[in-house]
Order: sequence, then C-alpha cells, then structure tokens
Amino acid sequence: MSRRPPEPVQVVKQRRDAALAALAERVPYIRFLDISFDRRGDELTGVMHYDDKLIGNPHLPALHGGVTAAFLEVTAIITLSWGLLWEDVESGVLTLDALEAGELPRLPKTIDFTVDYLRSGLPRDAYARAHVTRSGRRYASVRAEAWQDNHSRPIAQAHAHFLMPRKES
Amino acid sequence: MHVDKTTLAREFINLIPQARALQLEITEIRDGVAVIRMPYDAGLVGDPDTGVIHGGAVSTLMDTCGGAATMAHPSNPGGTATISLRIDYLRAATPGQAIVARAECHHVTRSVAFVRATAHDDDAENPVATATGTFTVEGAA
Repeated sequence: MSRRPPEPVQVVKQRRDAALAALAERVPYIRFLDISFDRRGDELTGVMHYDDKLIGNPHLPALHGGVTAAFLEVTAIITLSWGLLWEDVESGVLTLDALEAGELPRLPKTIDFTVDYLRSGLPRDAYARAHVTRSGRRYASVRAEAWQDNHSRPIAQAHAHFLMPRKES
Repeated sequence: MHVDKTTLAREFINLIPQARALQLEITEIRDGVAVIRMPYDAGLVGDPDTGVIHGGAVSTLMDTCGGAATMAHPSNPGGTATISLRIDYLRAATPGQAIVARAECHHVTRSVAFVRATAHDDDAENPVATATGTFTVEGAA
C-alpha cells in the first residue's frame, strides 16, 4: 500500500493562513484594537499593535487596563475557535472557498472573564497567548497571558469560561 | 464654593484616549459611585453574525467605571490602578443600544478599594453583565 504524498508546503500554509484570516479579520472589534495573529503550526500569538488611542493613563503613560483585558479575551476566543476549526481545515471539510465566503462556525460566547494586572502596560506592542485547559462540548476553560518586551515579565494574566457554539448536526 | 464634580469628571475622562475612542460619557459621579455610558458603535462588534458588542469593550467600560468610582470615593486621596477585575456576562447586549455601567466603590482600606458594578442596555431591569474589582489606593503608605 502506498502512502498519499504530503501536500506541498505552500498549499498547506495558504489554507491555514486563509482560515486564520477568515476567523479574525471579520470581527470589527479585533480591527478596532488592531490585533493580528502570528501562527507557527497550530500555535497562535496575538499581537496588539500600539496606537495612542489604546492609552488609559496619559500621565505614565500606560495602556488602558480594559484594553489589556480585551486583548486577552480576543486571544482566548480566537485560540479556542482556531482549535475547533483546525481539524476541519486539515481534513478538508472546510475548503478555502467556503472559508473565504465566510462559512465559519459561530464564535464561543464568554461566560465569565477574570483578569489580574501584574505590571502597567507600556506604550508599545503587546503579545498574548492563550492555553485551552479544557474544551468540552458545551463549556471551555481558557487561560491567557500578555507580555511586552520580556515574556518572563507578563503584564496581565486571565482565565475565562466560554459557552461553545452548537455543532450543526 | 460648590465644584461640579460631574463637570470635572467629564474633563478627566476626555483626557483618556481609550475612553474617547469608545465615546464614554460620565452621566453621574458622587461619593464612591460612577455611571458611564458607552454608545453602540458598529466598530465594537465582536460577533459579526449578530452585531453584539465585544465583551472586551464591556471590560473597558467596567474598568473605567470602577476606577472612576474609586477615585470618587471620599477616602481615596489620589489616582488608582486596577488590581483585578472579574466580569460575568449574563446575556448578550441588544445590538443598536448603548450600554450603561454603574460602579460602586463599597469598601476602601489603606491600600485597596473594592468595587461592584453592573451594566445594562435599554432594558435596565435586566443587566447584561456584572463585575467585581479591586483597585489600588494611591498615596497610601
């Protein structure tokens, strides 16, 4: 029996990047905060590009705590959705054409969100990663952390619960 | 002389770039209580299928309101920063409607201010979110 040859790397990358773009770029609030996602395999890092309008304390100056919380929530939702989408993208159930036409699963809904502020956010780009602790049929539990210059010096951490979108049967 | 706290608070909130970006408006401020309104804006939508505002914008509204309530508390000498904030999302806010947050700083120690907040849309009896937060007390020894 012969194995199917692996797909060319460019085909794989194009499909995955298109899926990620379709997921994140259609949310107006993600554009409002100018958040993009770096992808390495299935691992995502959120990048919140600095803009003066993100400031909450003009005297320090520091990022608005609400913006930092929002960045963590956005990263948690996209990471959780990406995990759900990944299998369908890889198996070809979701095609590139379908993704570009906006045929995506509904987004998880936030049930509760808790953020701890560890350091004030500097007026520069911030990064965040989320870790899905448990992704069940109805509920999911997610941790996230944000940092700037040093990953070992996080500016905030969060944990949250989400209601998962119903799978169309 | 009577100083109008609401006028001062309006000027203060206008100095916060993110509050301006969200068009936040303080409608009430007095001892330990703040009420802030965030108008509906299509740019803040978190679910493009429904038009519901993203939870992150509600976080910023709640955080700003909690900070304002803390600063408005008579025993808080100066500015403040958020230590932690927990938000429960009770229901989706109705698209097209403003969200109004009301925060109450119900206890202040030498170092920490404790805040409760709720947010609602046009249906004021049926909140969209509740929050609890802790804030720093600046100028404390």
